[in-house]
Amino acid sequence: MELKTPLYDRHVAAGGKMVPFGGYLLPVQYPTGVIAEHMAVRQNAGLFDVSHMGELLLSGPDALENLNRIFTNDFTNLKDGRVRYTPLCNHQGGVVDDMIVCRFGPDEYYLVVNAANRHKDVAFITEHLTGDVTLTDLSDSTALLALQGPKALDILKAVTDEQHIPMKYYSFKRDVEVAGVNCLLSQTGYTGELGWELYCDPAEVGKLWDALLEAGADYGLLPCGLGARDTLRLEAGMPLYGHEMTDSISPLEAGLDFAVKLKKPDFIGKAALESVHSFNRRRVGLKMTGRGIARENCAVFKDGERVGVTTSGSMMPYLGYAVAMALLDADCTEVGTALEVDVRGRRVACEIVPLPFYTREQE
Amino acid sequence: MGKSERLYAKSHEWLLDLGDGTFAVGISDHAQSELGDLVFVNLPEVGDQAVAGEPIADVESVKAVSDIYSPATGTVVAINELLLDTPEALNENALENYLFKLSDVTERSELMDLAAYEQYVKEEA
Repeated sequence: MELKTPLYDRHVAAGGKMVPFGGYLLPVQYPTGVIAEHMAVRQNAGLFDVSHMGELLLSGPDALENLNRIFTNDFTNLKDGRVRYTPLCNHQGGVVDDMIVCRFGPDEYYLVVNAANRHKDVAFITEHLTGDVTLTDLSDSTALLALQGPKALDILKAVTDEQHIPMKYYSFKRDVEVAGVNCLLSQTGYTGELGWELYCDPAEVGKLWDALLEAGADYGLLPCGLGARDTLRLEAGMPLYGHEMTDSISPLEAGLDFAVKLKKPDFIGKAALESVHSFNRRRVGLKMTGRGIARENCAVFKDGERVGVTTSGSMMPYLGYAVAMALLDADCTEVGTALEVDVRGRRVACEIVPLPFYTREQE
Repeated sequence: MGKSERLYAKSHEWLLDLGDGTFAVGISDHAQSELGDLVFVNLPEVGDQAVAGEPIADVESVKAVSDIYSPATGTVVAINELLLDTPEALNENALENYLFKLSDVTERSELMDLAAYEQYVKEEA
């Protein structure tokens, strides 16, 4: 049985097509459709209900030591008010989950995890905690909205005091009043655009949702569903747990080297990641050059030989062509390589292109 | 000779007798609405044999692929090439934009008139 986010009735009233995702019923799209929602985020702004995401608080004098020993990234120099991305590995070097970590203080860290992995994460992290530290699952008392797009700042300024808006990427501020709602406001997102995420009390998120939509009306803001969330992250070349990362895909194969600090002291999965086997495959970007759209789990061929499999794929509304991400043999990942993908029995031509597929223009 | 009415399959295709020995095949308005923004249409080739109830083409929205089942057995004599470059035309008007035409139709799937199809869609929901 799927759970409903506090905004369920609003999604239904707005004509959202509700689908189960990560244990929740969420809109895959509104009547505007995935393409219009995707383009709104690239050109104006979009508002997403991502309340299904999990929020965990790791607190205690030994919090930092536990973070560095359990996760692959290094949190030693993370400052208060800053955010850091990290995979969490199992002992075999596969990915348990990926998440962002916000530092509240030297003894307090806020972890934002994938909805479908929340219970698995809590069990795994708890099992490996040592010393004076506590993990608390705050997911059920936290709602989350994502406001994304070039007009997001204008919209935010209309409902909150500008001086409280975190202006650096991967930074956050707590206790920010947005449209009268107390929020944790972070400059983060999953779309490749400038944007913010707003964490608040589920009892108040309806008020926040309504206020943001109203403030955004003049800026072309659209409520967006999971469909656009997925095409936006794919266009921006961002990996998604369960696709580009799984229990049996290492973060190095997924191209997340920047968040795996092999030079720090031991952490879970380090030995496995240091072995040669962790580099057998590599995530690449594919551009479809023939007629067809590769989806996930399509076999990829080079000169007739199978060299890997796609992990995500779709038509890209902004770029105007179809792309895919694939996990290929490590010796077959050079940009420009011509390949073929088996799309439901048809071999369709494609080419390895650099990731990300899309990068926003910075001002 | 006037055109007959569109008949609908449970898999949401329509079949229209054009009165000249050929039949047009398309998807229902309900189908295009359920699929969402269509971005790709894969059509059969002229000369292909279609078999009633068997997949013959597919349409793709941004997120999903959907097989098109031929509502009749026959020979493909025309395809709507417009859809290859503008699949969104199906979203704009699914009834006026056929996918392909069949001749020498021998067998048909179990098909419904519009009223029965609308009832079927309602019950399926």
